[in-house]
Amino acid sequence: MNTLNTFLFVVFPYVAGIVFVVGVTYRYRRTAFTVSSLSSQFLEGDKLFWGSVPFHIGLLAVFFGHLLAFLLPQATLAWNSVPVRLIILEVSAFVFGLSLLFGLLSLLWRRLTNPRVRVVTSRMDIAIELLLLAQVVLGCWVALGFRWGSSWFAADLTPYLWSLLALSPETDAVFALPLVIRLHIAGAFLILFMVPFTRLAHFVVAPLHYLFRPYQVVIWNWDRKAVRNPKEPWSKARPKNN
Amino acid sequence: MDVRSQISMVFHLDKCIGCHTCSVACKNIWTDRKGAEYMWWNNVETKPGTGYPGKWEDQEIYKGGWKKDGDKIYLKGAGRPKSLTNIFHNPHLPKIDDYYEPFTYKYLDLIESPAGDDQPTARPISMITGEPMDIKMGPNWDDDLSGSPDYARNDPNLTKLSPAEQEAMFQLERMAFFYLPRICNHCLNPACVAACPSQAIYKRGEDGVVLINQNVCRAWRMCVTACPYKKTYYNWNTGKSEKCILCYPRIESGHAPACMHSCVGRIRYLGVLLYDADQIESVASSDEESLVDQQMNMILDPFDPEVIAAAKANGVADSTIDAAQYSPTYKFVKTWGLALPLHPEFRTLPMLFYVPPLLPVMASVRDVSNEAQQEKLNPIAKQWPDNWLYDTSTEEIFGTIDQARFPLEYMANLFSAGDTSKVKERIMKLMAVRIYRRHKTVGDISEEKSNEALSTAGLTPELADAIYYLTSLPKFDDRFVIPAAHREQAIEMMEFTGDVKGNTGFGFKDKSAERGS
Ligand code: SF4
Ligand code: SF4
Repeated sequence: MNTLNTFLFVVFPYVAGIVFVVGVTYRYRRTAFTVSSLSSQFLEGDKLFWGSVPFHIGLLAVFFGHLLAFLLPQATLAWNSVPVRLIILEVSAFVFGLSLLFGLLSLLWRRLTNPRVRVVTSRMDIAIELLLLAQVVLGCWVALGFRWGSSWFAADLTPYLWSLLALSPETDAVFALPLVIRLHIAGAFLILFMVPFTRLAHFVVAPLHYLFRPYQVVIWNWDRKAVRNPKEPWSKARPKNN
Repeated sequence: MDVRSQISMVFHLDKCIGCHTCSVACKNIWTDRKGAEYMWWNNVETKPGTGYPGKWEDQEIYKGGWKKDGDKIYLKGAGRPKSLTNIFHNPHLPKIDDYYEPFTYKYLDLIESPAGDDQPTARPISMITGEPMDIKMGPNWDDDLSGSPDYARNDPNLTKLSPAEQEAMFQLERMAFFYLPRICNHCLNPACVAACPSQAIYKRGEDGVVLINQNVCRAWRMCVTACPYKKTYYNWNTGKSEKCILCYPRIESGHAPACMHSCVGRIRYLGVLLYDADQIESVASSDEESLVDQQMNMILDPFDPEVIAAAKANGVADSTIDAAQYSPTYKFVKTWGLALPLHPEFRTLPMLFYVPPLLPVMASVRDVSNEAQQEKLNPIAKQWPDNWLYDTSTEEIFGTIDQARFPLEYMANLFSAGDTSKVKERIMKLMAVRIYRRHKTVGDISEEKSNEALSTAGLTPELADAIYYLTSLPKFDDRFVIPAAHREQAIEMMEFTGDVKGNTGFGFKDKSAERGS
């Protein structure tokens, strides 16, 4: 059991982290073409709305909730010290979790039943959806069965995760956690591990730079003035388009 | 003044015979692939008609293009706030069924079915699912006014016409139609570029071709919504958007794009326009009434020494300036003022211009008494029992324009944001040239009358000759004046030759091969 624990909570997190960084970088640099999530809205749009929107909103909220407890454990604990605030946090987190679950189930249902969407579905798409589903179900179970997650996450898991980052893993707290929670944690690393091999990779190219660029984009293959200037070294007027 | 050059197009609608050769040429070269079967980067529509995808001109449905709000313009269905908030589900994305479900037939069944009592048939199957399907729609289902109650009657351009005018258009005796071939307009203020969250779409500085970088496209599909002409298409198989590339590999090597090269009616012209890029924003946000004039104004005179100097200072090649001076599109658009952009009110500043069709306007159909009709007809002509007269007479020179079978308002809704005077001006010119030529060749119109027609339309016999020549007798090199892309530079549009200079042979594609270890 301990070997397995050590593997899951010491070795695997590093493997997953390295695979994630190297894999995503490699995929982006070698086959940027594949870094996206193949949209099927063009083939079926109405059911997608009831899947994609609750899924993504739930996912973002839950993800940033975890992130907050990881980055600001003290603040989280302080917030939770007043019962009403704790309840508000936990209930809203759970509602987002349910929205995530609902979205995921309707996405899966749509993917399996719509003949057109089936055509653009790979086995990996199904696999990753099942993995996410397992993770979400576990997450909801943890939220219901092991109260209050936001507090013990900040108290127990945040130090563990930071110790991983500091390269000196302190695992006692994790090893002692109930099985369901440990599965949920291992699931998170597994998902991280899978990102470079699946459509999940699209989140690394979320188009936030759109907010900051001018609307119109014009590209010159050469610096059009330098290329005609005999004094300019010609290798400077390098085409920019490739 | 920021002078840039733009490869622009003119389609002369009177000459289009609706043969779809252009569409097929394009399909064979570029879109005969999985996921692209439904795409027609070049398509030819019958007008009146709903087009492809159905009712694409109705931006209440598709939310394409720009809209003006105060002094500024905004993307109607995309743009920063909308593209990002709708990124999980784009409510304004057209679906495959708005175009049509691509299909083929099980031809093999015809030869491989076992012997039996019945003839085997080739059933239609979907090219998406491979399952048998009922064909409900095709890319030009309303060709030549077929299915008019469902298609032509629902043409979005009819909405501004009175019910009586609409009724009149669809009377059997007055029915008229024309073809509208469409490709991407390679706009100066492209909505597709502005809507792309990934910055995958760009306009090439050298020639203004608008392209989608397939390696950067991330399937957000906002360009499909934003292009008011619905000329970016989503490839459902690769998950990338694609669009007309104006056959840039052909243009770079001096060939006309495939659709233009193959055009049977020879309706297509291609040439350089110089324009002032500083004005793009102000022109695109000008008032609807002045949009067309402003767009014409920002196109610069390639003979003006100031323009030439500014162009040179901006790095426009001499060969390109030369091409601009011979450009057939400059003649049609500016010198002669014959061509108009399609739906200027979408504010993308399209660079594909149309010479409006004269044929549906030339003749009028009048309800006259039978006797009056007989007087006009040649005694040997067949006598019809009804009271309609198909009148092509030129007694009143421009008389038929206002009673045209095709209401001018309809043309104006297509080509000038509803301003009939602009369309009328162009139609009068076209008509004057005809009258002039009829005087020259048939001779039943007096010189006086022909001169009167020309001067009313603002033309001279020399201009009329030039228009006639470029309309009816142009050679290949008159229709397509493509600036040399400078072979030495053209190759650098794809790769940098400096990288392989000093290498073995043609060099190595792979950087790692610089040193053999
Ligand atoms: S026609 Fe559409 S796709 Fe083409 S440049 Fe204009 S906005 Fe973009
Ligand atoms: S090939 Fe030319 S004439 Fe034929 S449909 Fe196309 S544009 Fe019209």
